[in-house]
Amino acid sequence: MSATQSEQTAMDKMKLRSTLTALGMLPVLIILAIGFHLLSGRFLSVNNLSIVMQQASINTVLAAGMTFVILTGGIDLSVGSILAASAMVGVIVSLWPDIGLLGIPAAIAVGLACGVVNGSIIAFLKLPPFIVTLGSLTAMRGIARLLGNDTTVFNPDLPFDFIGNGNFLGVPWLAIIALLTILISWVILKRTVLGTWIYAVGGNVEAARLTGIKVPLVLLFVYSMSGLLSGLGGVMSAARLYAANGLQLGQSYELDAIAAVILGGTSFVGGVGSIWGTLIGALIIAVLSNGLILVGVSDIWQYIIKGLVIIVAVALDRYRLKGLSRT
Amino acid sequence: MSTAAAPDRRVAPVLEMQNISKTFGNTRALTNVSLTVYPGEVHALMGENGAGKSTLMKVLSGAYVADPGGSILVSGRPAIAGDPIKAKANGIAVIYQELSLAPNLTVAQNMFLGTEPSRIGFVDRGDIRKRAEPILKRLGITFSPSQMVSTLSLGERQMVEIARALTTDARIIVMDEPTTSLTSRETEKLFEVITSLKEHGIAIIYISHRMEEIYALADRVSVLRDSAYVGTLERSELSAERLVSMMVGRDLSSFYKKEHRAVGHDRNVVLAVKNIGDGRRVHDCSFDACAGEVLGIAGLVGSGRTELARLIYGADHKTSGSVLLDGRELSLNGPRGALDAGIAYLTEDRKGLGLFLDMSINENINIGVISEDARSGGFLDFGKAKKRADSAVSSLSIRTKSTSINVGALSGGNQQKVLLARLLETKPRVIILDEPTRGVDVGAKSEIYRIIDELAQSGIAIVVISSDLPEIIGIADRVLVMREGRIAGEIVGSEQQPIGQEAIMALSTGPAKRDAQSAIKERT
Repeated sequence: MSATQSEQTAMDKMKLRSTLTALGMLPVLIILAIGFHLLSGRFLSVNNLSIVMQQASINTVLAAGMTFVILTGGIDLSVGSILAASAMVGVIVSLWPDIGLLGIPAAIAVGLACGVVNGSIIAFLKLPPFIVTLGSLTAMRGIARLLGNDTTVFNPDLPFDFIGNGNFLGVPWLAIIALLTILISWVILKRTVLGTWIYAVGGNVEAARLTGIKVPLVLLFVYSMSGLLSGLGGVMSAARLYAANGLQLGQSYELDAIAAVILGGTSFVGGVGSIWGTLIGALIIAVLSNGLILVGVSDIWQYIIKGLVIIVAVALDRYRLKGLSRT
Repeated sequence: MSTAAAPDRRVAPVLEMQNISKTFGNTRALTNVSLTVYPGEVHALMGENGAGKSTLMKVLSGAYVADPGGSILVSGRPAIAGDPIKAKANGIAVIYQELSLAPNLTVAQNMFLGTEPSRIGFVDRGDIRKRAEPILKRLGITFSPSQMVSTLSLGERQMVEIARALTTDARIIVMDEPTTSLTSRETEKLFEVITSLKEHGIAIIYISHRMEEIYALADRVSVLRDSAYVGTLERSELSAERLVSMMVGRDLSSFYKKEHRAVGHDRNVVLAVKNIGDGRRVHDCSFDACAGEVLGIAGLVGSGRTELARLIYGADHKTSGSVLLDGRELSLNGPRGALDAGIAYLTEDRKGLGLFLDMSINENINIGVISEDARSGGFLDFGKAKKRADSAVSSLSIRTKSTSINVGALSGGNQQKVLLARLLETKPRVIILDEPTRGVDVGAKSEIYRIIDELAQSGIAIVVISSDLPEIIGIADRVLVMREGRIAGEIVGSEQQPIGQEAIMALSTGPAKRDAQSAIKERT
């Protein structure tokens, strides 16, 4: 019977497609790494790889939150500003004698609170995510500046500086936190009911509602998650710098996070994508930044090359997967 | 239906497709299919979903290149395969199920989209309008060429598609299930246009699952099955049994199943709807449904049937009335509340409002109950999910090798069964099925009827909304007819006097046409 035959090929195609999707941009990452090594001679050294991981870590954490949001078909433009405000709060609290470690939960709580506000407005007032988070991008930037009276706050004795500069068994803490974030995100997305609901809402929001899924709660969760991870990103930034600046910190981080998610193969309209792809996307961006510096490319050209690589990589990806689909 | 003069077979055929084969990888989508179409004929193409109709039409329109060995002659000249632009220039136009108009442009702009007559790159709007007018007039169209497409009804949009085909002097127009979303008046209008196209010598290749349309229109019918050509019937040879057996390859002795006993005196009312309305499309509707009964809701498209179902299910807000399940009033808690109480609703728009096309069959079946199956902490129970999916696949005979493939890869009938399986997993007491066999092939239709019958036997109250009158008469014990948002009447069938198609039509079109039918109980 041709019906079963065509289903067989449909299955083969699905398998091939899911393998390709899973692999995604991994080949690009590997080619870039080898290329930079050949050009610079020291890209793949242990020391440099450790630096790349540190550079990728904050963007990875933001991009993980962004993956949740984009999977529901939304967008969170406010992550960079939330990160700045959280970092400010983290450093300011860390200056309190004896209880400076409270800077960590304080920063994360600020991020979470911002996310909850974003999520509530989007989920319950049903305003478009782009506009809501564009608004909070601006408002949170202002709050971040307000917090330090528009100056940089320092804490040379930051009690949680190990996060930014320490190692655990030779691996930077920043990288460990980023990997843990990815791992927890994966568990939520692929192993829990909530994760399935996130994919369902992104895939077909009206069908999700008719199936009895509480769509507003799912939306509230993803924006809260993104806010919380932005707060965590704030802790990481502050720990690395021993300081926070409301004006400069986190500027245009949202764009790098979005780029990592899209490079990772997550569909911009939602419903399709994986957190591992996001990790690879974030690594590609970090490898590009680091490699271009090693090779000695000027700052201006780095921007141009990064932008082109993002477009070409995603175009290749779409083209490759399109050849497989026939409905 | 008036039939235009029969096409003249002595003239040369406008289209000869011979030995067309098409393989995708190792799948044969078409095997040596031949099709001959004469000018001025309506040539119906029938077959179950996946039989190869769409592939054949895509070869014709140049979207696919056929395997070497076959030939396509248009008006006696070989057509270049795999070139949509050449196919268009050869006079082949395809009107797809999903209309491809730009809603933000005018009728005339849409008609000339891509072939705009231009002067040094500037589109001459006045010229477009002038050229559009005679074509619209020829089709007997009343709306203006400068009207925005977004303001048109689906039927009117289809007319624009046909008009667009005429701008390129189409000699062969392919219509793929054109009436799926039309009201009966729009369908009538479409048939008139088709008749007039025939008179102008244009050949129509008409794809449809609906027998009445085939009877009304077709001069000849060709049937495909399992990617191969089965045969062609002349108009005089047409019969439902013959067509169905050609399509499915076996006899369907009892197409509509009705083995459940009609509810007698011991009426056990499960669902009671009282004076429900939304202030716009539905007004003051009351009815009840009993355990083990199949209640049909008929009426014209736009009479408020879907809106009524959505109000009962809580998908939309009602402004008046109440819904009672086993005598207890449902709280206003949206679909979740209705599901928890035991009401399930199958949407008429399977792809748009029902399925998650990027998710697997397994996930689609389980999505409504995963939170009940979940282990503490909200962790998925993959074992339970797989067991549910496997048993649903076998009990509803969903044809698939694995439950892990995407539901989007299934045929319409199997997709519908997946959606049905999802509802059944919620263990409903009442199921509302909105057009359960829309876009579903003949074989799957009869299986869905069997499932409905079995569900009724198991004591579930079933409400079926359908535009397909033979279907609703075939499966329902009792039919409510809606008109303009109200329940216009109720028809109870019995063995002595089965429900009549005329009675339903009379009630759904209005009081003027109503004839004396003893079985009709007036309710307004």
